[in-house]
Amino acid sequence: MARVVVDVMLKPEILDPQGQAVQRALPRLGFEGISDVRQGKRFELEVEGPVDEATLARIHDLAESFLANTVIENFTVRVEEAAEAVK
Amino acid sequence: MTARIGVVTFPGSLDDRDTQRAIRVAGAEPVALWHKDKDLKQVDAVVLPGGFSYGDYLRAGAISRFSPVMESVIEQARAGLPVLGICNGFQILTEAHLLPGGMLGNDHLHFICRDQKLRVENADTAWTSDYEQGQEIHIPLKNMDGRYVADRYTLDKLEAEGLVAFRYLAHGEADDGYGNPNGSLNDIAGITNEAGNVVGLMPHPEHAVEPLIGTGRTDGLPFFTSILKKLVNA
Repeated sequence: MARVVVDVMLKPEILDPQGQAVQRALPRLGFEGISDVRQGKRFELEVEGPVDEATLARIHDLAESFLANTVIENFTVRVEEAAEAVK
Repeated sequence: MTARIGVVTFPGSLDDRDTQRAIRVAGAEPVALWHKDKDLKQVDAVVLPGGFSYGDYLRAGAISRFSPVMESVIEQARAGLPVLGICNGFQILTEAHLLPGGMLGNDHLHFICRDQKLRVENADTAWTSDYEQGQEIHIPLKNMDGRYVADRYTLDKLEAEGLVAFRYLAHGEADDGYGNPNGSLNDIAGITNEAGNVVGLMPHPEHAVEPLIGTGRTDGLPFFTSILKKLVNA
């Protein structure tokens, strides 16, 4: 088993009110010096069998067509090596 | 012989019955369509109703967009079938890329439910021809993810080509139904595709077709009489 992580973020030019609400709460927690917060989504896909180029390409297509809406979001796909090492 | 207008029910649809009723009030025949069924039953037009299909999981409309019925709706909408998306239906249409841009959470982060004033910006679509260009209407609005966003290029194109179908009347007292309720760019409440057969908007015309309900007016009824006239005269 290997884990593939897809991170999805709103495009930088799009207002993220959730991130802003988090950022505004930080001073109340005594946490200074954070000028901006943006909130995104992380998908962890547990893949059966080896993660080869073909699998990654399929996951990339999945991310592009479904996990992210590329009209408003950007995404990255990466293999998480650490998950393997722990086991 | 009247027009047959399909209304899709997804798991989590809320306004499918009201939409069927609005179609009936307008004088057309509503036809129930089911999300798992690709068969559109040879309807003359389709409405994607409001609600929270598939719980709005992932993104509003994102999972519905891949339902079997949507395969047929997308294919036939591209071939000219009139399709109206209301609220969640609008979100599904943007997720399906039948309309440009996308829908995100309201800028104030709250669900909003109120009567909303809009201006009809394009009275030349399949769903708006019974309105006057520039007419101001008052219909209910209720949503969590109602913020219309698009990149600058898309917004400029929408504005330049008259594809903004409805705009929130931004200036005035919120109690009277004015104001941009969700941070939508350019105060956009609804848009049309270039052909004018696909229209989506966040507010709910189907809740304002009889004087006793909704805003106490029938400002939403022309959506349904517009499409009926178009289909019957076709």
